[in-house]
Amino acid sequence: MHPLLEVSHATASYGPILALRGISLEVREGEVVALLGANGAGKTTTLRLIAGMLPPLTGSLLFKGQPIHTLPPEQRVALGIVLVPEGRGIFPELTVKENLLLGAWRHRDRRQAQRDLEEVFDRFPILRERQAQRAGTLSGGEQQMLAIGRALMARPRLLLLDEPSLGLAPLVVRHIFEILRAIHEAGTTMLIAEQNAHLALVLAHRAYILQNGEIRLHGDAQALRENPEVKALYLGRSSERR
Amino acid sequence: MNPVIQYVAGGLSAGALYGLMALGLVLIYRASEVVNFGHGDLAMISTFVAYTLLQARWPLPAALLGAILFGAFLGALVEGGLLRPARHRRATPLTLVVLTLGLALVLNGLAGFLWGHEIRTFPALVSGPPLIVGPARVTREQLLNLAAGVLLALALYGFLRWTWSGLALRAVTQNPDMARLMGIPVDRILLLAWAIGVGLGAVAGILAAPLIYLEPNAMLELLIKGFAAAVLGGMTSLPGAVVGGLTLGVLENLIAGYVATELKTPFAFAMIVAVLAVRPAGLLGRPIHRRV
Repeated sequence: MHPLLEVSHATASYGPILALRGISLEVREGEVVALLGANGAGKTTTLRLIAGMLPPLTGSLLFKGQPIHTLPPEQRVALGIVLVPEGRGIFPELTVKENLLLGAWRHRDRRQAQRDLEEVFDRFPILRERQAQRAGTLSGGEQQMLAIGRALMARPRLLLLDEPSLGLAPLVVRHIFEILRAIHEAGTTMLIAEQNAHLALVLAHRAYILQNGEIRLHGDAQALRENPEVKALYLGRSSERR
Repeated sequence: MNPVIQYVAGGLSAGALYGLMALGLVLIYRASEVVNFGHGDLAMISTFVAYTLLQARWPLPAALLGAILFGAFLGALVEGGLLRPARHRRATPLTLVVLTLGLALVLNGLAGFLWGHEIRTFPALVSGPPLIVGPARVTREQLLNLAAGVLLALALYGFLRWTWSGLALRAVTQNPDMARLMGIPVDRILLLAWAIGVGLGAVAGILAAPLIYLEPNAMLELLIKGFAAAVLGGMTSLPGAVVGGLTLGVLENLIAGYVATELKTPFAFAMIVAVLAVRPAGLLGRPIHRRV
């Protein structure tokens, strides 16, 4: 049985700067895996690599045992790899509902989209209220909910989330993580990049800790929470979020 | 008949064609960030194709439809065959604009070679005595142009609003990278935008042809007026393109009627200059939101 996603010895660069120095990680079906690390450690780069926005220099990417590193992003979406990017990436000029419908581009089935829309609205009632509004008028937390809801419309096999807590008030962050837990319990596999290690390690089964484009540590979330090095480096500062 | 109403009616009819040109220009500009200077010559080639098909005794509807589809195909060819390869080699938007300018000159020369520079008469698409519509007396041609402009603008609106491809096109105009992350094949959507845009230009060219004479430079005026309409509407707004076209048509007709016919075209130029100087975002335009 292959893991759902298997990244082996991947390197990637932005121009002359080597952003990933050979990382290997895997995500198994049904898991929530966290990708932790400081700003600039390579979390976003790793997710962009998996989503297909950045080609690997070396190494391989397997999804369900099949190589995907040559596929463009839109074909990875077709396989079910869906990214909620940093900064949320909503379409500000489109309405909330249109943003959500774009998530359904993967199957373009009106009936299924309508059913999924109701499900997303049940999960995020505020989006139901705001469905006819331009998405650019939403608050940051609402935009994050919209971005997650839109990704769910694609019925992802692997949901990639880049810093879902970034720039949001603590109460909103807690709400978003509760929803992420519910989404996982409904059967979605996730890989979450997060600076807030506290939150991520509570939700995740396993975690990888990135430092300077390399994997410094990995293991069960429980074990990492009790690891003295992790405590000192990543958990101690959890209250001083950006 | 009240002359003002006549001028307005005639202006709306011409303005509908400017609006169609402007719609194509704006659609292409929003989707691919390219101001298409080849728009007039692509419309001209399509019109020559309609002319040739009519000469070959094709039935009128078939000849027109054939020429419009040919125009759409040409548009897709320009995007897929010229702009896409250039973009993949990291050409800047300015390079792409210059590319369309070069294309315009090539097409113009090619048309001179294929069809010659003599002036040809394009057959009338409708005939019959003028009709009385409310307070105005309008020719059937004027009515046809206005109807075509309005119906195609509504059809485009419906397409963008209610179809998957239309929604995808709007997403691509806002954030192509994010559209890709939704699974949208951005390259194919750009082909579609160019096909529709140049197809609309072909319609405008074919409708304008019976009113002017057909020769390789015949569509220059239509292109300039289309640009003026697009700029007036804000260059990024589709409703603005239509409103801009109709406004320009009516104003220039009033100027021609009350001031001097010769000032019609200079007026369109003056309008571009004035709008860009005073209100660069146009009547209905907004700056494009695009993530870099």
